[in-house]
Amino acid sequence: MITQTKGEAMRKTIGLWALVAALVGLPVVVADTPAHAKMDRKFKVGFVYVGPKEDYGYNYEHDRGRKLVESTFKNIEVMTAENIPETAEVERVMEQMIQRGATLLFPTSYGYLDPAFNVGKRHPDVVLMHAGGFKHSANVGTYWYYIYNPMYLSGLAAGKATKKNVIGFVAAHPIPQTLQNINALTYGARSVNPAVTTHVIYTGEWCNPGKGAEAANTLIDLGADVLSQHQDCPRPVVETAAKRGVFSVGYHSADLQQFNPKGWLTGAAWNWGKLYVQITRDVMDRKADRWVNKHTRGGIESGFVDLAPFGSAVPKDVQQMVQAKRKEIVDGKYVVFQGPLKDNKGKVLLKDGDKPTFDFIEKMNWYVEGVVGEVPR
Amino acid sequence: MLAMLQSVLGGGIRAGTPILYATLGEVISERAGVVNLGVEGAILVGACAGFITTAHTQSPMLGIAAAALAGGLAGLVHAFMVVTLRSNQIASGLALMFLCLGVTSFVGRPYVAVKINAVPQASVPGLSRLPLVGTLLFTHDVLVYGAYLLAPLIWLLLFHTKWGLALRAVGERPAVAYASGLPTSLIQYGAVVSGGVLSGIAGAHLSLAYARSWVEGMSNGRGFIAVALVIFATWHPLRSVVGAVVFGAVFALQLQIQARGVALSPYFLDMTPYLLTLVGLLLMGRARRHAMPEGLKAVFEGVT
Repeated sequence: MITQTKGEAMRKTIGLWALVAALVGLPVVVADTPAHAKMDRKFKVGFVYVGPKEDYGYNYEHDRGRKLVESTFKNIEVMTAENIPETAEVERVMEQMIQRGATLLFPTSYGYLDPAFNVGKRHPDVVLMHAGGFKHSANVGTYWYYIYNPMYLSGLAAGKATKKNVIGFVAAHPIPQTLQNINALTYGARSVNPAVTTHVIYTGEWCNPGKGAEAANTLIDLGADVLSQHQDCPRPVVETAAKRGVFSVGYHSADLQQFNPKGWLTGAAWNWGKLYVQITRDVMDRKADRWVNKHTRGGIESGFVDLAPFGSAVPKDVQQMVQAKRKEIVDGKYVVFQGPLKDNKGKVLLKDGDKPTFDFIEKMNWYVEGVVGEVPR
Repeated sequence: MLAMLQSVLGGGIRAGTPILYATLGEVISERAGVVNLGVEGAILVGACAGFITTAHTQSPMLGIAAAALAGGLAGLVHAFMVVTLRSNQIASGLALMFLCLGVTSFVGRPYVAVKINAVPQASVPGLSRLPLVGTLLFTHDVLVYGAYLLAPLIWLLLFHTKWGLALRAVGERPAVAYASGLPTSLIQYGAVVSGGVLSGIAGAHLSLAYARSWVEGMSNGRGFIAVALVIFATWHPLRSVVGAVVFGAVFALQLQIQARGVALSPYFLDMTPYLLTLVGLLLMGRARRHAMPEGLKAVFEGVT
C-alpha cells in the first residue's frame, strides 16, 4: 500500500501561509533552492520499507529519517510503502512510485539491491539510493554507516556490566552487516573483560516476534546476562531481557530504552534524517553524482549513526571511559577492528596496527575471538 | 546437560502454550465434524484484539477476554459459512485466514509501536520450589497454567459428559445424530466458536505474554501447526499436550543447538520442528487412522 503525504492539501496550506507571511511582512521561502523553486511540480521521493514503520527497529529509524525530509522541504511529496517483501513485489512498488512521479527512491532493505538495479536500468532518470550492498551504477548508489562502531562502544559497557561473562546475541541472518555487529560487540567487551564469550542465535527471519522472544529466553538460560540483537523487530528481545532481569544493549533505535529501563546499558542507533535531507537536496540540485555510482560509507563521525544514551545501570566512570573511546574513533585515532585481530579459531586476521580495508569489513564472514561457534554457511 | 534439558523443556512449555490452545480448540471443532483451517486467522485476531484492548485499558486480563471474544467471532464466521451455508470447509477456513491477516494488519497498524502491560509472571506458591521441575513447570504466566488445566478439562467434557458424547456423535455421523434428535447445527456452532475462542487465547498468549508486542502476521504459521498436531494427537486433548510440548521443545532445542555454537545451518535447524511434525503425522496418522471422526471424511474425501 502506498500512502501519499503532503499532497494537494499542502499546496493550499502553503498558499495560505504565504498570504499570512506577506501580511506579517516575512520573506516567503517556499522552496530551498532556486532550481526547483521554478518548477511547478513537486519533487517526489519514495521510501520503501521491508517491515512496519513502527517496529522500533530498522524501519522505524528509516521512517524517522523520512519525517525529517518531509518537514525540511516545502515543495516535496513523500511516498512510503511498508511491509514490502524482498521479491519482485518491491520492483512493482518502485515502478508504481516512479509512475506517480518519484525521481528519488530509497529502497531501504538489504535484499532490495537487485530489484533496485533492475528498476534503475529501466529508468535512467530516477536516482535510487540503496542501504548497503556492493553494486552501483550511473543512477544507483549505496550508502551505509558503520553501526558496528557504536556496537563496539556498547561492548565496552557490556563487558563491564556482565557478571556471568556471557553475552547473548539474537540475529536474523548471517550477513556481513550482522557479523560486524556481533564481532564489534564481542571485541569491545573483551577489550575490557577478556573472559567474555558471545553466544549467537539466528532466527532466519527479519521479524518473527515469538522466535525472537524464545531465542532471548534460550540465551538467558544459557547464562547470558547481557542481550543484544540485529533483527528488524527488536522489542520482544528487549522485553524478554526486562522480564528476566538482564541487561540490554539496544540496536537500531535509542527509543528501545523504555522497554527495559532498569537493564538498559546503551546501544547503537541510527540517525538517518540528516543524510536523507542531504541526499534529497543534492538530487534536487541535480548533484546526484555526489551519491550515485559509488558506495558511500562512514562511521560515528558522520553523525548518521551513534551511541544511544546510557541507562542508569552504567556507572559514571564506565560512561566516561566509553565516551573517551568514542572521541578517539571520531578523531580518527582509533579504528574498530584494527590489529591485532584474531578470529575465533586463532587465525591472525590483522597484524598489530593494521587497519581493516573496505573489503575486509564488507565481506566479513568470520567470528572474532570470543564468539562461540562457526558462521553458518 | 541437566540445565540444557531444563531450558529446552521450559522453552517447549513457553513455545508450546499458544500451539496447545489452538490445538485444543481445533480438537473440539473437528470432533464436531468441522475442520477450521482458519485457526491461523483466529490466532491473529486474538493477538491483535487482545493487544489493542490491553493498550487502551492497561489490563492484560481484559485483553485476554477480548482475544477470546475476537477469536470466537472468527469461529462464528466460519461456522456460519460451513454449518449454515454449507460451503466448503477448506475454502472457508483459508479465506477466513487471509481475511483475518488483512484485517489485523490494517487495524493493528497504529499499535505496532505501543507498549503494554504484559500478562504477569506468577510462580505457583509451594509447587515452584519443587526440586528439578519446580521452576520448569511452575514459574510461568497464568495463560500457561490455564493451558495445563484446560486440556484435562476438555478431555473430561468430551469423553465423560453427555454434552461431549453429543458433540462427538455429531462429528461421527451427523445424520444419525440428527435423527436421534440432537441439535446438530447448534452443536457444531458451539464447537467451532469454542475452537475460535481458544485460538483467540492462543493469540493473546503470543502478543500479551510471549512477544509482548503486536506485529502483523505474528502467528508465523502456528495455526497450521495446530491443525497438523490435531492429527498427530489423534483428535485427543491429552495427546495434544504431548504434541504441543514436543513441538515447542524441538523449536527450543534448535535455538539451543545454535546458541551452543554447533555448526549446523540455522536454516536447516529451522525446518526441524516441521520435519518432526511430518514424521509424526506419517507414524501416527497411519497407525490411528480410525481415530478420525467419521464426519470429517466428507470434508476430505468428498463423501456426503
